Amino acid sequence: MPAEREQAAATRSDAELTRRIREFVPRADIYETDKNLVLVADMPGVKPEGLDIGLEKNILTIHGRTEAPDVGERELVNAEYELGDYHRAFTLSDEIDQDKIEASLKDGVLTLRLPKSEKARVKKVPVKLGQ
Amino acid sequence: MVAFRFRVGDPWRELRHLQREMNEILESAFGPSEPARPACNVWEGDEDMLVTCEVPGVGTGDLNISVMGDLLTVSGECKPAEQVEETAYHRHERPTGTFSRDVQLPARSDTEHVDAEFNEGVLTIRLPKAAEEKPRKIEVKSV
Repeated sequence: MPAEREQAAATRSDAELTRRIREFVPRADIYETDKNLVLVADMPGVKPEGLDIGLEKNILTIHGRTEAPDVGERELVNAEYELGDYHRAFTLSDEIDQDKIEASLKDGVLTLRLPKSEKARVKKVPVKLGQ
Repeated sequence: MVAFRFRVGDPWRELRHLQREMNEILESAFGPSEPARPACNVWEGDEDMLVTCEVPGVGTGDLNISVMGDLLTVSGECKPAEQVEETAYHRHERPTGTFSRDVQLPARSDTEHVDAEFNEGVLTIRLPKAAEEKPRKIEVKSV
C-alpha cells in the first residue's frame, strides 16, 4: 500500500513523536451503503481514551495509542507482533457530510460512518416502460 | 502491516519474521489471503505463561480456546458487522472467516487453571505451569 503511506506521510505534520513507540498502518475496509460511506479499521489494544480522530480540510486522520501489557517479571519467549500505535489518513471527497460523522470503537475495531451529503445520494428516477 | 515488526537479538527470529512478512506481501499481491492467523506473543515466567493474541472484531462468543499439555489452540470466526456486497467495497484489507491457530507453549500447563481475558480486541491467556515444570530450588547441605 505505498500510495497510502505516501499520503499519510504527506498529510501529517512534521512534529516528532514524543513517545518511543512504533507506528503501524491499521488494516481497513471501506465500503458504501445507500446513505453512508463506512470505514472500518482494526486497532487491537486501543481504548476509547487512546483514540484520536481528526478532520482538517478533507483529510481524516485516525490515531490510536496502545499500552504494553503488564507482564510482570515474565520473559518474552516468542514474539510475532510488536506493539505500537496506529496511524492512517484518508482523503474525503466533497460528497461527505463532514458534520455528521459517527465513530464507534468495539473489540479493537473502529467504525466510522460518513454520511453522504444529500446531493451525492443517488436519486432514483422511476422509469416507465413504453407499451 | 507494511512496517516491519523486527526485534533485535536472535537472527533466526528476524529471518522468520522476514519470511512471514514476505508471505504476507505475496498473499496480498496474489489472490485472496488465507483465513486470519492471529499473531501471538508468548511470555514465560517461573510459575506461568502468558499468551496475547490480536483478534480484533471477534466477539467472545466466537472465540474458542483449548489447551492440551503444551499446545494451545485458539480458533474463532471474524464476522463482518454488516452484510455488504463485495462490489460495494472500495478497500477490503481486514480478514474475515474462520481461523485456527496452534501455539506451542514453552512448558506443559496446568489445564485446570487456565484463564482468559478479552479486552479491546486483544486476547490474553494465562496458563499456570504444570507442577513438574516449575523450577525447583535444591538446597545444598554442608556435611
